[in-house]
Amino acid sequence: MSTLHAKKAEAFLQNQDKVTRHDQTFWSVRAKRDIQANELPEWEQLRESASQIKKHTITHLADYLEEFERNATKNGAIVHWANDAKEYNEIVLEIMRKHNVKKVVKGKSMLTEECHLNENLIKNGIDVVETDLGERILQLMNLPPSHIIMPAIHITREQVKENFGEKGLLEKNGPQGAKSMGYDDKSELEAKADPTYLTRCARYHLRDNFMTAECGMTGANFGVASTGEIVVCTNEGNADMSTSVPKLHIASIGLEKVIPNYDALGVFQRLLARHGTGQATTVYTSHFKKPRPTGEFHIILVDNGRSSILANEEHWQTLKCMRCGGCMNTCPVYRRSMGYSYTYFIPGPIGINLGMLKDKDANYHNVSACSLCCSCDNVCPVKVDLSTQIYKWRQELDDMGHADPMKKMMSNGMKLMFDNPGLFTTALKFAPLANALPSFITGVKLNAWCKHHTMPEFKKSFHSQWKNIKKD
Amino acid sequence: MSSKNEILGRLRKNVRETYDMPDLGFEKLTFADPVAEYIKQTTTTAGAKLIEVKEGDDINELIRQAYPNAKVISSNVPGVKADRNPDTVECAQDLDGTDVGVIQGSIACAENACVWVPMDMKQKAICFISEFLVLIVSRKNVVNNMHEAYKELEKLGDNSSKYGFGTWMSGPSKTADIEQSLVYGAQAACGLTVLLTD
Repeated sequence: MSTLHAKKAEAFLQNQDKVTRHDQTFWSVRAKRDIQANELPEWEQLRESASQIKKHTITHLADYLEEFERNATKNGAIVHWANDAKEYNEIVLEIMRKHNVKKVVKGKSMLTEECHLNENLIKNGIDVVETDLGERILQLMNLPPSHIIMPAIHITREQVKENFGEKGLLEKNGPQGAKSMGYDDKSELEAKADPTYLTRCARYHLRDNFMTAECGMTGANFGVASTGEIVVCTNEGNADMSTSVPKLHIASIGLEKVIPNYDALGVFQRLLARHGTGQATTVYTSHFKKPRPTGEFHIILVDNGRSSILANEEHWQTLKCMRCGGCMNTCPVYRRSMGYSYTYFIPGPIGINLGMLKDKDANYHNVSACSLCCSCDNVCPVKVDLSTQIYKWRQELDDMGHADPMKKMMSNGMKLMFDNPGLFTTALKFAPLANALPSFITGVKLNAWCKHHTMPEFKKSFHSQWKNIKKD
Repeated sequence: MSSKNEILGRLRKNVRETYDMPDLGFEKLTFADPVAEYIKQTTTTAGAKLIEVKEGDDINELIRQAYPNAKVISSNVPGVKADRNPDTVECAQDLDGTDVGVIQGSIACAENACVWVPMDMKQKAICFISEFLVLIVSRKNVVNNMHEAYKELEKLGDNSSKYGFGTWMSGPSKTADIEQSLVYGAQAACGLTVLLTD
């Protein structure tokens, strides 16, 4: 019995070139993170502080949220509270209806993915334009993100070109894109699917949308309780563009993103990009405090299960996560199976845990997507014990009725043998005989542990080796 | 009961053990010459250009030399010759088509090239919509790291920006979303030149 993750990963692994490219791309990001780590003598102190600040904030979250709301309101923002995805979607729709919004430009936000906001808005006749380049590429291709920071990294430049061609971007925005690079003719750039050219096509395509949208939406990397600000980090400046032209700004923020003050923010600002993409900083770290002159600024605080996670003794520390993506970049299973193999929209080690907290029956498939190498624990900037948590979920599989029957049978067999010394000794004596058997018998594919592995040879037992040594 | 009270109620009920805020007094990265480090970070990793303004230099002349083909310059910085002013344009859209935007930065951070750009103009669009940006920074405002930078920002309090927005900006807009190729000029400025003044 294979899990959905194993099945999808098997399909992905058919294309070795693709797997290798995916693997190397994320490993190079991990290597960049290591360079950053070596440049900061206080690296480990920053991680430990970040972990402790989060533990403190999460266990005082009600107080900090009240402080955040008080200060944000004083600044002129309108703060909303949403218990769940449904209520969140209703709040957004109500604000947009009030302002007669027909088109919204959106910065990247995992929270809106989590709440299925886009589908809901489109269903209600509102045009949604994602403005992060990767997200826009995927939106035009009608695909979900495969990574939380680099969502379209699995798409090739040729695919991007083909798609931009189909959607009319090359024709409409290509000439301006080429001109911005100093070319009069776009054909040469187009022929080689030049990444700068494609990016510039998207740049001018999105500009058209920034100019005409009535609403800009962003997520938030941090909410600062002491000032009532939200902080958004991007490299492209798309969150800033989304909020510079439309006068209505709606920011969506998960409860756990609120931190106490600027001292805490200094710690997290230094860690976020260094861990996520191996950069010392994102290009823009934008602080939104007040509505623009004659504009409106709404902040929606979303729970959607977060307050209940706090009660979970084993798993509450997942709330420390700041969604940097570092655990995905380092995970050998993620790198070789890619985001679409997971059943939850956030893949990799943190996604395995968040998925289980959201819906065990839908997402138990992912808990086997871990070799327990613990690399994620060692790179996590806020020290979430990711692999320990995955291990704990695995202990629950049997109670959930999701244990692999073959592995369970083998475990029971081993238990019987280890509990019974006579049987154990006899088995040891005869085990080397299996070495003489042809591999199609010992390497049966019924045994999941044999897939892509050769069975090791049975050695003579310590007992018999000791006897031989004494004889000599 | 309102959603707010339900959420706060659950959060208070579900806390089992509380933790204290840690002491953040550990030693942080500093530089023998923070200005030199700021220049290095700006012109290497951050991908920007930097001109050290000397006594007697004319800022307008430097801008023209840096961007000789610019037709539309937008700015509200006193002394800068501009065609459009973000304080007086009718709407943000009117700044579209700006070739070079000239803006004033305040605190600058050596470790990562970040400069605090306060929204001291009615339309912050100028900071993002311009094809190229000129950012004026004083070497007196350079600090070592983001901890110091946030301490300075805290001191500014309500004066951190006139209109309640500010961004730490380190260079031109960039992306690596297509096959990990580094590309400048994703959504905002395609290039950025820092004018480092006394």
